[in-house]
Amino acid sequence: MPIRIPPLAITAFTATTALGRGRAAQLDALRARRSGLRANDFSAEPLPCAIGRVEGVEAVELPPSLRDLDSRNHRLAWLGLGSDGFLEAAQAAIGRHGAERVALLVATSTASIGATEAAYTALDDRRFPALLAQPQLHAPHSLGLFLDRVFGARGPCMTVSTACSSSAKIFAQAERMIRLGLADAAILAGVDSLCGSVLFGFNALELVSPQPCRPFDLARNGISIGEAAGFALLERDGARTVPHLIGHGESSDAHHMSTPHPQGLGARRAIAAALSRAGIEVDEVDYINLHGTATPKNDEVEAAVLAAVFPTSTRASSTKGWTGHTLGAAGIVEAVLSLLALDAGLVPGTLNTNKPETICATHLALANEERDLRIALSHSFGFGGNNCVLAFARGSA
Amino acid sequence: MNTLDVRVPGIGAWSPTQVDWTLLRESLRGQGNQSAPAARPAAEVLPQAERRRAPATVLLACDVAAQACAAAGRDPANLPCVFASAHGEVSISDEMCTTLARAPRELSPTRFHNSVHNAPVGYWTQAVHCHAASNALSAADGTLAAGLLEAAALAHADATPVLLVVYDAAANGPLADLLGADASFAFALVLDPAADAQGARLRLRHARSDDDAATQTGIDLLRALANPAPARLRVAAGAGRVLELEIKA
Repeated sequence: MPIRIPPLAITAFTATTALGRGRAAQLDALRARRSGLRANDFSAEPLPCAIGRVEGVEAVELPPSLRDLDSRNHRLAWLGLGSDGFLEAAQAAIGRHGAERVALLVATSTASIGATEAAYTALDDRRFPALLAQPQLHAPHSLGLFLDRVFGARGPCMTVSTACSSSAKIFAQAERMIRLGLADAAILAGVDSLCGSVLFGFNALELVSPQPCRPFDLARNGISIGEAAGFALLERDGARTVPHLIGHGESSDAHHMSTPHPQGLGARRAIAAALSRAGIEVDEVDYINLHGTATPKNDEVEAAVLAAVFPTSTRASSTKGWTGHTLGAAGIVEAVLSLLALDAGLVPGTLNTNKPETICATHLALANEERDLRIALSHSFGFGGNNCVLAFARGSA
Repeated sequence: MNTLDVRVPGIGAWSPTQVDWTLLRESLRGQGNQSAPAARPAAEVLPQAERRRAPATVLLACDVAAQACAAAGRDPANLPCVFASAHGEVSISDEMCTTLARAPRELSPTRFHNSVHNAPVGYWTQAVHCHAASNALSAADGTLAAGLLEAAALAHADATPVLLVVYDAAANGPLADLLGADASFAFALVLDPAADAQGARLRLRHARSDDDAATQTGIDLLRALANPAPARLRVAAGAGRVLELEIKA
């Protein structure tokens, strides 16, 4: 088992989701039990399902210096980093540490494929239309190239793209780089945006629910796809009052491209590694933000793992009934929701769910619960059997 | 410190005219002959049914990964792995975008799950029963640097050998033309953080750089690994950065 790691300060963080822009909007919606899901109104040919669409992305105007990289994903990124003073906090960190000591680690599964899709509807003699003929925009690293221009950091810069675990894994990467001395701080960004590929792709896999998703409900029948932008700033040294990343665990199912290992082998390994790096026991975990996608298979396996590994004193919920499944952004969005839960002493319930899987019914919070929370885990399990579990501790007063 | 030292106990490689590391190494030493041009890697590590259906990137990545693990004498089931590709699976993106433009409801579920950037590493972990951490990266022109840095960092952070696979596949269609995805090439390195491990020593140093002279690529790294003379390389690592490499046999 991995050895304990030094906790890493999270000195700034924010999320923009279907619930709104910034931390206050997320927390308000959680408290009010107001879902961000709505009937699918995306694209010319909307499938009958619910989506977590971020209001106002279309109206975002990028500054002229970034317009050659215009896409829905980058507009969403730009919108997201404007909340909670994140851009300023990141720039201040670059000023404090020096640009070459700050890493920029980004995560996305969609990148700007929406722009590539648009180009294919307007091909001119099998060539991209002039406005979209910018190779950087259509690369898997497009988000990294875009944000690199925004922040100007000069430490290591790369994109992680491991489907739904992408933006959880960048926390683990940042911890390694800072521990090894490759950087003193890391700007983390996870952004995924609605596009035809994910809506029609998950639909083709028969994983999309016609209704708003119902995680862990016995009658659940699939995901609701959402979009989001999440950001976090991790630093070697930070005040004890800020929350900390205390552990992380990554694993592979080695089972199937689009269904989880039936006994949750990969999930269990990732949980065990995260607890081991955090130096904590299962009964110290107060809250788990579950992956809880509301597909029949994911929730069945995760429910069994939850029941087998954790005591019932550990409260658990899925927040995907609020935001939808934000795919490549889900890891960082749910990290932000976990940090908000710790700070507010709020276990968000599991929205839309009435009759939960029996095996995990005593662990699962359906209604919101107020309680003192010190340590939270966030689960992210992706396509290709790619798993990541993060452990966070609340800042101390 | 921004320097990491690793050893390279195992190497794999594939190009259309040098279909394994032994052939490519001889060629990089100025010896040997080209093999008959091959369209696809054998990728015998994959189950036969998957080998037939798998996209080019999966075959490339899995073929060189298996070569490197065998050369290092390491069981791939226990090796954390980092897969890195600048372009990803361009052929499938091309097919998907073509379908979405014409008849989106006809999108194939298999195409969709093969389109994710971590499909090659997903197939690899399944084929070799690897439950360790696996990652899929991209960083445009800085992809090689990103892969080396992440793999070496993972190796040191967890004190374990790590498998690094770097691949890109030739593709056809408008997206491939725009990206310049016109050549298939892949290589894999097992990176061992132990000072007494076998193989050439590779020192990585990430640095700020305002010149654009960092133009050396994977083939330059492989040439240095194929030859006994010490070498220094500068590999692109994104705007204003460089990854400096020192190689000693």
